[in-house]
Amino acid sequence: MRILSLRALITSRGMKVKVLCRNPDDYVRETTRDIQRVPRNYDPTIHPFEVSREYTRALNATKLERIFAKPFVASLDGHRDGINCLAKHAKTLSVVLSGACDGEVKIWNLSKRECMRTIQAHEGFVRGICSRFCGSSFFTVGDDKTVKQWNMEPPGRGLQEEPLNTILGKAVYTGIDHHQTEGTFATCGQTVDIWDEQRSSPIRSFSWGVDSFSCVRYNPVETELLASCASDRSIILYDMRESAPLKKIIMQLRSNTLCWNPMEAYNFTCSNEDYNLYTYDMRRLDVPVTVHMDHVSAVLDVDYSPTGKEFVSASFDKTIRIFPKNSGHSREVYHTKRMQHVICVKWSADNKYILSGSDEMNIRLWKANASEKLGLLTPREKAALNYNQKLRDKFQHHPQVRRIARHRHLPRDLFKQKRELREMKEARRRKAQNVRKHSKPGSVPLVTEKEKHVVSVVE
Amino acid sequence: MAAPGGEAQTTAHVGKRRKRPRRYWEQTSKKYNSGGKSSDGAKQKAKKRRGDRRKKRKGGLSGEVESEDPKLCEQTQETGKKDNSGEKSSDGPKQKAKRRRVDRRKKRKGNLTVKVVSEDTSKKDNDGEKSVDGTKDTADENATKRSDAKFISGKVDPFPGEAPIPEERLRKFQRGNKFVVPEEIRSKLKDTLAKSQEAADLAQTQAARYDLLLTEDAGFLEGDEGEDTCTISQDDIAEAVDITSGSKYFNLRLTQFGPYRLDYSRTGRHLLLAGRRGHVTCIEWQTKNLMCEMNVMETVKDIKWLHSEAMFAVAQKKWLYIYDSNGTELHCIKKFNDVLRMQFLPYHFLLATASATGFLQYLDVSVGKEVAAINTKLGRLDVMAQNPYNAVIHLGHPNGTVSLWSPNQKEPLVKMLCHRGGVRSLTVDRTGTYMVTSGLDRKLKVYDIRAFKPLNSYFLPAGASCLSLSQRGLLSASTGDIVQVYRDVWGSGPMTKPYMAHRVRGTVWGVGYCPFEDVLGVGHAEGFTSMIVPGAGEPNFDALDMNPYRSTKQRQEWEVKALLEKVQPELISLDPGLLGKVDKATFEQKHKERVETLGYDPLAVEKFKPRMRKRGRSAAGAVEKRKKKVAHEDQRDVIRKSVKERMEKEKEKKRKDSAKEQLGEKTALDRFKK
Repeated sequence: MRILSLRALITSRGMKVKVLCRNPDDYVRETTRDIQRVPRNYDPTIHPFEVSREYTRALNATKLERIFAKPFVASLDGHRDGINCLAKHAKTLSVVLSGACDGEVKIWNLSKRECMRTIQAHEGFVRGICSRFCGSSFFTVGDDKTVKQWNMEPPGRGLQEEPLNTILGKAVYTGIDHHQTEGTFATCGQTVDIWDEQRSSPIRSFSWGVDSFSCVRYNPVETELLASCASDRSIILYDMRESAPLKKIIMQLRSNTLCWNPMEAYNFTCSNEDYNLYTYDMRRLDVPVTVHMDHVSAVLDVDYSPTGKEFVSASFDKTIRIFPKNSGHSREVYHTKRMQHVICVKWSADNKYILSGSDEMNIRLWKANASEKLGLLTPREKAALNYNQKLRDKFQHHPQVRRIARHRHLPRDLFKQKRELREMKEARRRKAQNVRKHSKPGSVPLVTEKEKHVVSVVE
Repeated sequence: MAAPGGEAQTTAHVGKRRKRPRRYWEQTSKKYNSGGKSSDGAKQKAKKRRGDRRKKRKGGLSGEVESEDPKLCEQTQETGKKDNSGEKSSDGPKQKAKRRRVDRRKKRKGNLTVKVVSEDTSKKDNDGEKSVDGTKDTADENATKRSDAKFISGKVDPFPGEAPIPEERLRKFQRGNKFVVPEEIRSKLKDTLAKSQEAADLAQTQAARYDLLLTEDAGFLEGDEGEDTCTISQDDIAEAVDITSGSKYFNLRLTQFGPYRLDYSRTGRHLLLAGRRGHVTCIEWQTKNLMCEMNVMETVKDIKWLHSEAMFAVAQKKWLYIYDSNGTELHCIKKFNDVLRMQFLPYHFLLATASATGFLQYLDVSVGKEVAAINTKLGRLDVMAQNPYNAVIHLGHPNGTVSLWSPNQKEPLVKMLCHRGGVRSLTVDRTGTYMVTSGLDRKLKVYDIRAFKPLNSYFLPAGASCLSLSQRGLLSASTGDIVQVYRDVWGSGPMTKPYMAHRVRGTVWGVGYCPFEDVLGVGHAEGFTSMIVPGAGEPNFDALDMNPYRSTKQRQEWEVKALLEKVQPELISLDPGLLGKVDKATFEQKHKERVETLGYDPLAVEKFKPRMRKRGRSAAGAVEKRKKKVAHEDQRDVIRKSVKERMEKEKEKKRKDSAKEQLGEKTALDRFKK
């Protein structure tokens, strides 16, 4: 093309002249089956207003993201009482186990959204459920003081549902967790017990002046480590190989559950009765790393995403919230009109879905990323999504963009409660300020939000 | 449509031998190679060097040659011998035969020697760049890649690595300055900044590299030796160029309803003509296809295309009308009365109008709402231009001032006195750097509108009535019935002669360059003239922005995209990149926030309250005196403190300097010193 255009240089009278003359064949497609020709020129002078245009695009992308934010995927109904515990299958993405308050355990197939199997496991509540690391069987504990092991496979035709193994204990068990690689598991109740799968009595039991525990969890990386929440407002760390517990933090209010960060396994997050969640570093327990605030009622459950970058929390205020691991406030809140107190929550192992079990007998399946499109994406769609994401990141601090990106609708009473809490907090802050102003300088120190909630650390 | 390719091929045999297109690396070599005096590209230089070497060899100065790359000089020596094949050499016949074989092999392999030499030059200019600018990472990169650039056959790649990009071109694609990362910031932020800087650099180099792929070159006109280009007539140019280009020079004789104003659409395919006596025409001017023609039976003041060629606005005697390309009246906007001049801001979808009553009004054509109506209080507004860089409207006034307006402010952004008489016409270049104005004082002035400083001033004997700037910065100025085109208006040297000149039949009423074409449209009392101005138009368009060859489907798609990214009128300001800059919190803001969190002002100084004293010592004057005394004392404290600090700083500096000096003459015994 360059050669052709240069041939426009012709001499007559000794002058040299060249005039722009484009051959349309170079710019128009040959047949209608071709794609259109799109010659580009990246010269900034023919692309004016690039910042403002990009900003407009970012604003549009943010609006679109809010428009497409429809996180609710499905509801699994079938239980006849409130869901009390949930567990993921250790090996299969689509299988989820749930235990209800009437002692029933159901195994669900998520891709078909149906119940595969129902077991009447316990009398009274099913308090805890966990899958064995190999996925061949699962354990349940209940109010009837038993620990039962069940086969993951359904029994043959006409056979009764029978547990593989039943252990009769002395007291009620409130939680269970299985070791990552070995045949041992831990239960909690009046003590934290470590069991060998082959034995009917615990190989070790820990207690530290406490009468009841609500949750016990194995560390996913340092597999011999355990953490538990106790009813005396403490969180206790154990090493399975030692005979005594390691450390204990006493907080101002009781923690309900805790979850280890699967990627940075020295961090764990606990859900507390004081509406907050606390992320601790195991190595430095006197001050939490982050205090996560936003719930307006007690937080009942917490689970990390497999990437360890975010976690989801379930609360008594009928919502679930998603927090980035190092942010003090949630990035997302999910609620529906019908969802009651959310008792348990799990983040799926493919980082795409969230499961929540609530009081009104339903398990709900949510998207972890509210505006994500499910299913296959064409390359152009993917490119557009990436571009929009980048734009949103670039302009996230502009007030207009931030306002739209942050906006979430909340039910009226929740909204009011939130406002009320904010006012209370503000009043407390103002009071502290006034006290400080009218006392001797330095006599009333500034206590940060992080420092407020830990009472003491006991070795 | 006639294919210009065929036409060009037939003429090429007649014309001069085609000159090899100059590559940019040759230009750089010219720039940096101060040794080579000949300016005719690398090839000639290489030849010259070869010749030099030959001479040296004859004189027995082979040591000099050996100091260079050994492989290279071997080959150059051999070429020297090849060239000397006519002469007798003192070598034996066996060696000669061997050498001939080598030569033949080389011939088969292509013109290797030239390539090697040109690599040598490129290497040299790289070195030159390094010496000019110590930290040239592109050059370094190339150098490292060069070391292991070998083919599998063992031959050295004559052009290893990526071609170097000239500084100048890189600068064209640079957005903002490089961010200097302060030492004290956190490492996480440092990482983020480094990453974004890396991405920006990559984008810049890639965009600069893409320039190689641009297909078209800009037009030009060069006279014979001693001949001025302004004496070359349009007929001569039209005759000299190919038929398609030649047909772009034409006259439309429209004597009845003149004088005419005109507007080209943004793609450059469509032309609007409006005679003052009501004649409105819309032409696809390259194919001469008439889209609509009508007489609105009213005076027409101005005409403008809206965002696409589907709609246009006409300022008629009383009101503003909008027609579609078939000539159907779509709207009569009575809010916009007595409009004299219009400008369309394409990225904002705003039609700005200036009226005889002194109102500057903005109409959002995407939603049909009046965005702003500003009473300028500056009289009749018949001189108007837009700054394509920041969408600011420039108005010229009879008192010689030019005022700059945005829809967000009732007052002008800037008001500058440009002429000693009224302003007749003004125009702004597309980079938003220069403004050219002409006034009744018969002067043509060039302003830098970033610094608001006059650059050049020219005296035109008859003054200029209509000004227009092309995409590549050619200025057309009309005086009476003559249209003159100037080049390098804001160049450093004085502009003496016009680049081109052309006389039309009647008084010129409107001029405008056609985008992406070397064409200037002139509307005058006797009709319309389209003249060829080589080098006016941008040769390479961006099809995602404006595509002259777009299909209907593409236009529709473009329209949707453009509407989606319509820039809001609130964003119009003098600096269009303001949105991308960091809004740094001022000290006051930070202080205010600190006071809020702490609950008290840590920097507050308790105000001195004079005690009540008796016996007249609390009289107003005495109290004032006491207050002053205390204030002075406070000030003295401050001064004492700052002086002390400064002294300490100086002391520290001195100590450091002396330590440095001592380090210079260090001995083994120094370690025992204190």
